[in-house]
Amino acid sequence: MTDAPSRPAVEVRGLTKRFGARTAVDSLGFACAAGEVFGFVGPDGAGKTTIMRLLAAVMPPDAGSIVIEGVDAVREPERVRSHVSYMPQRFGLYEDLTVDENIAFFAELFGIRRNDRDARAARLLAASGMTPFRKRRAGQLSGGMKQKLGLTCSLIHTPKVLLLDEPTAGVDPVSRRDFWRILYGLRGEGVAIVVATSYLDEAERCGRLGLMREGRMLYCDTPSALKALMPGEILAIAAPAPRAARDVVASLEGVGGAILMGDSVHVVVDGAARRLGAIEAALAAANVPFDEIERIAPSIEDLFVSLLTEKAE
Amino acid sequence: MWGRILNLVVKELQQLRRDRAAKFRLLIPTLVQLFIFGYAATFEVYNVATIVLDQDHSQESRELVARFAGSGRFQIVETANSAADVRRAIDHADAVVAIVIQAGFADDVRKGVSAPAQVIVDGTNSNTALIALSYVSRIVADYAQEMEQDLSRRTRAGARPPPTVTLESRPWYNVDFNSRWFFVPGVIATLTLIMIVNLTSFAVVREREVGTLEQIMVTPIRPLEFILGKTIPYFLVGLALVVVIAGVGTLWFQIPFRGNPLVLLLGTALYLLCVLGIGLLISTVCKTQQQAFATNFFVINPAFILSGFSFPIASMPDFMQWISTINPMTYYLVVIRGTFLKGVGLEVLWPQMLALAGLGIVLLASSVLRFRKSLD
Ligand SMILES: Nc1ncnc2c1ncn2[C@@H]1O[C@H](COP(=O)(O)OP(=O)(O)O)[C@@H](O)[C@H]1O
Ligand SMILES: [Mg+2]
Repeated sequence: MTDAPSRPAVEVRGLTKRFGARTAVDSLGFACAAGEVFGFVGPDGAGKTTIMRLLAAVMPPDAGSIVIEGVDAVREPERVRSHVSYMPQRFGLYEDLTVDENIAFFAELFGIRRNDRDARAARLLAASGMTPFRKRRAGQLSGGMKQKLGLTCSLIHTPKVLLLDEPTAGVDPVSRRDFWRILYGLRGEGVAIVVATSYLDEAERCGRLGLMREGRMLYCDTPSALKALMPGEILAIAAPAPRAARDVVASLEGVGGAILMGDSVHVVVDGAARRLGAIEAALAAANVPFDEIERIAPSIEDLFVSLLTEKAE
Repeated sequence: MWGRILNLVVKELQQLRRDRAAKFRLLIPTLVQLFIFGYAATFEVYNVATIVLDQDHSQESRELVARFAGSGRFQIVETANSAADVRRAIDHADAVVAIVIQAGFADDVRKGVSAPAQVIVDGTNSNTALIALSYVSRIVADYAQEMEQDLSRRTRAGARPPPTVTLESRPWYNVDFNSRWFFVPGVIATLTLIMIVNLTSFAVVREREVGTLEQIMVTPIRPLEFILGKTIPYFLVGLALVVVIAGVGTLWFQIPFRGNPLVLLLGTALYLLCVLGIGLLISTVCKTQQQAFATNFFVINPAFILSGFSFPIASMPDFMQWISTINPMTYYLVVIRGTFLKGVGLEVLWPQMLALAGLGIVLLASSVLRFRKSLD
């Protein structure tokens, strides 16, 4: 897949979906090339799931166009489905069927030949460490294994476009690593991957990111370019009572936002050197203890808070 | 296309085989209904508590009482000495029926004039009362007829007995009004309705609830294929159910089967189309299995009552009668009872078959249309 494809695998323009008075997706436009991982990030209710369902042609949009592998997904949803695999937030497995039976069932729906299916299933199951559980009922798998089985079922027909809606929500770290290893492998094979996530560490793994809020895509760029967009700098305050520390600093002059990160507070400031003294003084005045304050490089999470709060104002 | 449908059918049967709850839902109601309608729900009355007040004390009066006792329908629980005893026994529900034979009964019988005998029935349970009364009149009529013949033989010894005309009501097809014959074949219709509507609607709603429905719909499968994949297994289950109940009915309960099994099969197939349509239709309006359960209840019960299974349609108000004309069970019951008890074929049952086919097409078509909509 070295020859650059003339058209992207997924191309979306002016996509809009309304539920009653609420606009879940508002004139969304983006493209995802073969071999690219495109991520949608945003808080709950931002419209991520709706985007995924529209792309999977589960429901029709109110306006806009979706072209997948050159096929108009709005007009010919059935034709598009053989190229696309959609893994919903909760993959619908038949819990009373075994791992193998679930895979066989989905393979059959896509008309996969038995030999191809067996070879591919063996490879996917091995990659996700699921081989010992092939005879186990899906209902008896852990959350992480269920998601990996879902992914296996989604990938059994070698899709060109993979749509993942919060694929690793509630999944243990090991399964999560397996999961991303498989995704990177697919990316190498030229699969276009569109993933919605609310895990920001996951967002850093994406080639490009769309930041969603209330149905609108506010920013769209690579993680590093987005970080460069970041206005101001980040100060991390390590404090035994981070909540109290946050409340003190949040309202100070020059502070764009403050969020809890474990037992420290990340504060977005317009200038680290300029505001450090004032923050220390304010904490001392409020009698809130703190260990140290240092300037750090912004993570996606900081960026996210900073960009979204900025736009809201 | 057929590969995908077969795939769905196999999966559905596999799940059914593993679903213990579903197997219970299939087995228990079948046994319970067969048991209830085979043994308990009966129009017949045996051993009705009866009190006798014989004021004649003649051989004739004793003979009449003996006939009551000997019929098996009545059990003489008390012999009264006065009308007050009778009143007390009925009031206290010690007896349901009282037979009062007044003095002079034997004389009148011998003379051939109308003999005074009185029957009092406790009408609180109107069903039992009516049925008991019909036995009473049968026993009395038999007795009167024999007495009359006996009398005429004696009065005109040697001469030919006068031609007596008696009206004898003789119920066809079910000579003894055997309610088991009436009910057990009907159970085929009710059980199929309950089972198949439940199985179908639950099967679809469960997929919606668990999320597998959305999962399937993003594969190249078409809605019609999905519907066929869902209905074919339960069509087969329905057929098996009918065979089992019919088998138990004829072999265990000795219900006669006088007609052509193929006619019953055709009727069953058409009825199953209707029932599957109802189940699918319910599944399109319900989001959870809980809702499906409640909706099934509200659909199945009226269908059961307004079908002529146990309550005659002709005595219902117009509106109810109208509903019964769009109730597939109404027609299927005619087909079942026609094939089992009467042995009639298509030459008689074609209107019912047409009605079932029409209803089946309408129900299935609208469920397919609604199902497509419900996917959005
Ligand atoms: N089927 C639906 N009917 C009505 N409203 C919906 C439906 N699906 C989503 N919404 C609404 O659309 C908005 C976006 O939801 P969703 O796409 O699920 O967001 P996210 O996945 O980012 O949490 C929410 O406000 C949600 O309530
Ligand atoms: Mg979501």
